[in-house]
Amino acid sequence: MTILKTTVSSVSEDLDSSLARSLKSDQKKGVIPLADSWTRRSQTAVKMASSSYSSSPCAACKFLRRKCMPGCVFAPYFPPEEPQKFANVHKIFGASNVTKLLNELPPHQREDAVNSLAYEAEARMKDPVYGCVGAISVLQRQVQRLQKELDAANSDLIRYACNEIPPVLPGQPQMSEDFGRRVGDGGGSFYHASGLPLPYPPPPWPDNQSGDNS
Amino acid sequence: MSYSTRCAACKSLRRRCPQDCILAPYFPSNDPQRFASVQKIFGASNTTKILQQLPVHQRAEAADCMSFEAASRIQDPVYGCVGIISQLHQQILTTQHELAMTQAQLAFHYAQQETQQERRIMTQSQVQYDGPSSWFDPNQKEPFYLDQPLPDFHQPPGFL
Repeated sequence: MTILKTTVSSVSEDLDSSLARSLKSDQKKGVIPLADSWTRRSQTAVKMASSSYSSSPCAACKFLRRKCMPGCVFAPYFPPEEPQKFANVHKIFGASNVTKLLNELPPHQREDAVNSLAYEAEARMKDPVYGCVGAISVLQRQVQRLQKELDAANSDLIRYACNEIPPVLPGQPQMSEDFGRRVGDGGGSFYHASGLPLPYPPPPWPDNQSGDNS
Repeated sequence: MSYSTRCAACKSLRRRCPQDCILAPYFPSNDPQRFASVQKIFGASNTTKILQQLPVHQRAEAADCMSFEAASRIQDPVYGCVGIISQLHQQILTTQHELAMTQAQLAFHYAQQETQQERRIMTQSQVQYDGPSSWFDPNQKEPFYLDQPLPDFHQPPGFL
């Protein structure tokens, strides 16, 4: 995730401006960047201890309107300052399902599991049809396009090295657009051209995924 | 769905499968595992609520996506689908880097050739390296949710 955020900041000019704006917005809201992740986790640990034993129940117990007991399974991961996090997770997955999922995991993995569940829940709240799968679909298309462009550039390099044709540089409309037309749109195989497999079954590809669910 | 042929959901829930069963079209009896995974992760009533809130023509896609997410979560209980997103991000970065290196090599070779063969004239705009923006189609609407950064994981998924 550190790679993701630092890379986003370095290539923000190339990305959709909404991504850069969102990150800046998060910084204004006081989201601690990943470089301070250890500080954030320490703060979370302090909050977890205080929310379990103080009069302030965790977000889950507040939502469920019950007493937050010491040892509450949700308290370490749903601080009272983030009520929406539990609300989303509860709406999509349900409190009892989350409890079962967490109980099946060793303690050191539970925070990551909760954060990924919260991410998926928020994705599904924003896009009730595709949820996270919409993002996967777009990312895979980007990987495929990049890979095809890389293949084209490598072919040009090889042909140039053999002195067959003059090199076609990036930005040349003919080569890139030809490849773009041949790539086309749509899903295709989940495994991209370079052959690196992903250990997951292929997702259902939306036909006209644009993130718009009007 | 006739009474004598219950859908996978009603079979699992041990109830009668009505004619207008909302889950029946998306959880056929010949694929019990599909509903079992969705039930385990989302729960039957949550699944029903989510589908009920959608127009009918979108429910099949939603059921497929939920089934995929549930299967991912069962396979990877810690990261689920988010692990896939993380891996794809990493692949994009890696491929982007390779592309930049290759294009830089091409630019270098071209510059060498140009000094040797001055008759091959290219306009400055054609020569200029625009960076990796060519792979990013500005007309591709960014999915609603890619503007959210991924959570801060203790151990990034996919990196051992």
